[in-house]
Amino acid sequence: MRQFELTHHQIFKSSNLQIKDMNLTLKIWRQKDAASKGGIQTYPLGGIEADMSFLEMLDVLNQELIDKGEEPVVFDHDCREGICGTCSLQINGEPHGPDRGITTCQLHMRAFKDGDTITIEPFRAKAFPVIKDLVVDRTSFERIQQAGGYISVNTSGNTQDANSIPIPKDQADAAFYAATCIGCGACVAACKNASAMLFTSAKVSQMALLPQGEVEADRRVLAMVEQMDKEGFGNCTNTGACEIECPKGISLENIARMNREYMRASVK
Amino acid sequence: MGVLDSKVPQGPLAEKWVNHKNKINLVNPANKRNIDVIIVGTGLAGGSAAATLAELGYNVKTFCYQDSPRRAHSIAAQGGINAAKNYQGDGDSDFRLFYDTVKGGDYRSRESNVYRLAEVSGNIIDQCVAQGVPFAREYGGLLDNRSFGGVLVSRTFYAKGQTGQQLLLGCYSAMNRQINRGKIKSYTRHEMLDVVLVGGKARGIIARDLVTGEIERHSAHAVVIASGGYGNVFFLSTNAMGSNVTAAWKVHKKGAYFANPCFTQIHPTCIPVSGEHQSKLTLMSESLRNDGRIWVPKKLEDAKAIREGKLKPTELAEEDRDYYLERRYPAFGNLVPRDVASRAAKERCDAGFGVNKTGEAVYLDFSAAFMRYGREAVSTQKIDNASEEDIRELGKAVVEAKYGNLFQMYEKIVDENPYVTPMKIYPAVHYTMGGLWVDYNLQTTVPGLYAAGEANFSDHGANRLGASALMQGLADGYFVLPYTMGDYLANDISTGKIPTDSPEFEEAEKNIRGQLERFINTKGTKSVDYFHKRLGKIMWDKVGMSRNATGLKEAISEIKALRGEFWKEVRVPGTINEMNPELEKAGRVADFLELGELFAKDALHREESCGGHFREEFQTEEGEALRDDENFMYVAAWEYTGEPADAVLHKEELKYENIEVKTRSYK
Repeated sequence: MRQFELTHHQIFKSSNLQIKDMNLTLKIWRQKDAASKGGIQTYPLGGIEADMSFLEMLDVLNQELIDKGEEPVVFDHDCREGICGTCSLQINGEPHGPDRGITTCQLHMRAFKDGDTITIEPFRAKAFPVIKDLVVDRTSFERIQQAGGYISVNTSGNTQDANSIPIPKDQADAAFYAATCIGCGACVAACKNASAMLFTSAKVSQMALLPQGEVEADRRVLAMVEQMDKEGFGNCTNTGACEIECPKGISLENIARMNREYMRASVK
Repeated sequence: MGVLDSKVPQGPLAEKWVNHKNKINLVNPANKRNIDVIIVGTGLAGGSAAATLAELGYNVKTFCYQDSPRRAHSIAAQGGINAAKNYQGDGDSDFRLFYDTVKGGDYRSRESNVYRLAEVSGNIIDQCVAQGVPFAREYGGLLDNRSFGGVLVSRTFYAKGQTGQQLLLGCYSAMNRQINRGKIKSYTRHEMLDVVLVGGKARGIIARDLVTGEIERHSAHAVVIASGGYGNVFFLSTNAMGSNVTAAWKVHKKGAYFANPCFTQIHPTCIPVSGEHQSKLTLMSESLRNDGRIWVPKKLEDAKAIREGKLKPTELAEEDRDYYLERRYPAFGNLVPRDVASRAAKERCDAGFGVNKTGEAVYLDFSAAFMRYGREAVSTQKIDNASEEDIRELGKAVVEAKYGNLFQMYEKIVDENPYVTPMKIYPAVHYTMGGLWVDYNLQTTVPGLYAAGEANFSDHGANRLGASALMQGLADGYFVLPYTMGDYLANDISTGKIPTDSPEFEEAEKNIRGQLERFINTKGTKSVDYFHKRLGKIMWDKVGMSRNATGLKEAISEIKALRGEFWKEVRVPGTINEMNPELEKAGRVADFLELGELFAKDALHREESCGGHFREEFQTEEGEALRDDENFMYVAAWEYTGEPADAVLHKEELKYENIEVKTRSYK
């Protein structure tokens, strides 16, 4: 039977409601554009509530900056519910901040305390050049997928019936878990080599695990790895930082699977 | 213009689409190479249309404001996608899916379009499986289904709580294949700011590169608008922060009629607003209503004590709880359709029974489900002498297996453990059934201009059923547009490349540049968000879940006044020639400020209650929606003539020849 152990924090939640507003010191990377040199600037910020999300805290800062006639901080965000993969941010040195299993937009200010200094930088990698402030260019991920991250089937609808190939549930589930990658780039930002192995292997694995994807498996893995290398991502040295920081918990097993697939395809 | 011709083919309902496909014009493969198509938006509708049209041989350009097509907001859909596969053998058929969708839409959708949707639904699943979409499967290796939104069959295919992401990734992979072949040119971080008409036909767009700020001209033989819905007119909604009406609104101003703007879906199970800082709302899958019971305290003093933190919901005795949906709708209980559940929550909260500090929340309680599943587990696992506590823990484990990710998401946001204390929920704006008016071919009133997915109006009537948005997006893109656009483009085989140096492009670019410069040069005192929040408040208070003539008239004049203030007082920092999110937002809010007024005008003119549109003056004695089929069984398509207030109404009468029009009852 699964035990439900409550943390101290959950039991005493009602007292947490009373927390007063926080005062913070923000150290934020500002950079005008790709060609300019950037640097850290410091902003004091008060009146932050524990129930705010991290990005809502930045909204408050930006509102203040606009009111003062200064340029707001530019950062990537869209769905604000942890699924689109748009938001990024290196918060106190960690991609998506101190919490595990979530994206920056799901991070709430209750993870911080009054008086904290928070350093906010863009994801750092040669293959993710900064566009402005905290926004990076992740089109290298696009090109990796364009190189072979698909099954070559026409979309005419004239395929066979969806149930004509049974797939064992465990295998289908494994393909699904690999496919939960949201393409945010936290794995690259977490890696000291800025490797994109976790990202690339998740896509390779999803399709390699399904009978529909098997046909082109060799071609796919060779093309995607070649593109990954071309983009300037680093090598994998098995530190496992990517798995820890991945908001969707994509497993290192995918990297092992991609290595096997790559070896097999290379010797053919 | 002025005549609404829906171009529905003749013949029996079930044969219309097949006959139509057999009769329409085709373009030969060599000629397709000379034809360009622009697609705005890369969600399920735009992405699938792009992939298929490119595969057929057209030269496709796609535009999205996100940094990747894969990030369009279709990705956030949780629950599933309907298809009339009848894999469960429970009596499903194309006709039943069609019937449920028309009834669920409260008899305000077009029969022929909905039937076609049901007809191609099975193909969608075949297609997605072939692309490698990892749908949930049973132990036998075949696809699993679940039931959804109170229909009588199990026809929903799903991929845990992220069906939207998996379908979109399938679509994106099909796009990538065509990008790799050079048949799609994908413009990311680009926003369409206007459509260009040449000789009355859509021949291109003006777009802004959101990285460099450069304004670009792109020409094509046809343009598809697949830019999603306009829920963000309410400021707070479950839409992504960037979701906007600009593409749809700009084409409306160039001649495309806008249909039923007031038909908006307010979803009952969202996480309540926690404070003034709130930037968006989070939906939790409707599937939770299968096991959760919705209630508020019976006594006002208990509700007050709960709001003040003096009483915990778990301390309230069973007889002091009002399970108001079970009380009002004994037949469907907690599984009434979305519009009904949302209004009932508002009714209780307005009467003072709300349970959070803002008074706008009701409980969604799983304690009964814990015990029910727990007892089942005790029985199947043959456990003797299980205590009440053991039973509850066993039941929690079952609930966790079913909804664990949603419970976790709730806890992350609210910081309360929903296994211990009931969840708090409140309705939020979620989906817009209204949109650009299209004919059977999904063409708008502008030749060569098409609209697909949530951006059009056609399939969901006044209320959308769960798991049918994904179905419609993919049906439009994979299986409808590739045929119907071919029919139109067959006349363009010898047109040749459309030049972008014509006076029409010149003029459109000049206007857009003028608008962008005006934003920067206004140098007012208030931020874009300030205006957006005020607009949202007017919309929510007076054009929201329930509406009346007085409030709507006030909303119309308040929105107009706010629009005037916006253009005088808005402050947009930075310049045009750089990445400038405030400038992007200014353009979107300027359009919302016009759409909002038309939305209220449409709601005012529709003197009936139907689906998501509830007019307080038109209800039964029990407070249920009162439809007026005699006077309002039509699509309201609005023509732009200069100001939203002056929009001209065109009616498309709806005829139901294959389905009996009834009053929806869930009692």
